[in-house]
Amino acid sequence: MRDVRLLDQPFNPGALIGPFTNANPGLGGVCTFVGEVRGGNGIEALELTHYEPLTLSGMNELADDAYARFDLMGLLMVHRAGLMHPGEPIVCVSAASKHRRDAINAVDFCMDHLKSAAWFWKREKRGDGWHWIEPREEDYSDRDRWSD
Amino acid sequence: MSGKVIVLFLGPLGDLAGAESAEFDAPLDWKGLLDAVDPAVTEQLQLDRVNVACAGKVLGDKTTLQANAGDEIALLPPVSGG
Repeated sequence: MRDVRLLDQPFNPGALIGPFTNANPGLGGVCTFVGEVRGGNGIEALELTHYEPLTLSGMNELADDAYARFDLMGLLMVHRAGLMHPGEPIVCVSAASKHRRDAINAVDFCMDHLKSAAWFWKREKRGDGWHWIEPREEDYSDRDRWSD
Repeated sequence: MSGKVIVLFLGPLGDLAGAESAEFDAPLDWKGLLDAVDPAVTEQLQLDRVNVACAGKVLGDKTTLQANAGDEIALLPPVSGG
């Protein structure tokens, strides 16, 4: 079962993972990652903007790549856009497979690409206003681990 | 919008341009784009890390840009998701 979504409203990952797991009968393992808006450092809010004509189609291409690369039974990929506050989920990726390694690696692969190769721009609101968040060097090196 | 192309400044490029979008006369090629936008944006556009999409497709070589009337050009700085 493949489910790729771009949401502009808060979501509850727990409410998606149960049905996703049930939709893949016979699976051997499920791996799930949920990313949330980090608290602390004076962060009041986080805003993710994106480019509509590219974002969801890019996420679907990433899902295609994950299916081509790993032996998957199912893939859930949900990403928020819009205004969020600390503790709110930003992203949820869950993969179901016969054997654990494919599920774990597929989630890792999707997250590395969502961080630095999907069409999102992130900015944080702190006490002194909004600040754009540049991708970190580690974000690129994490992604490059997957290049053949 | 006949006769115009719309240029979108995504992410931090919007701050540099002072707007989220602008309209310019069509047709618009790479040289025309570099001349049309704010110099601060021009500088960014010349960096490899800034991509350009036209009519919904990311250009493999942005210098081949050839936008016609009604096309939307998106200027795409480095992304940060997740």
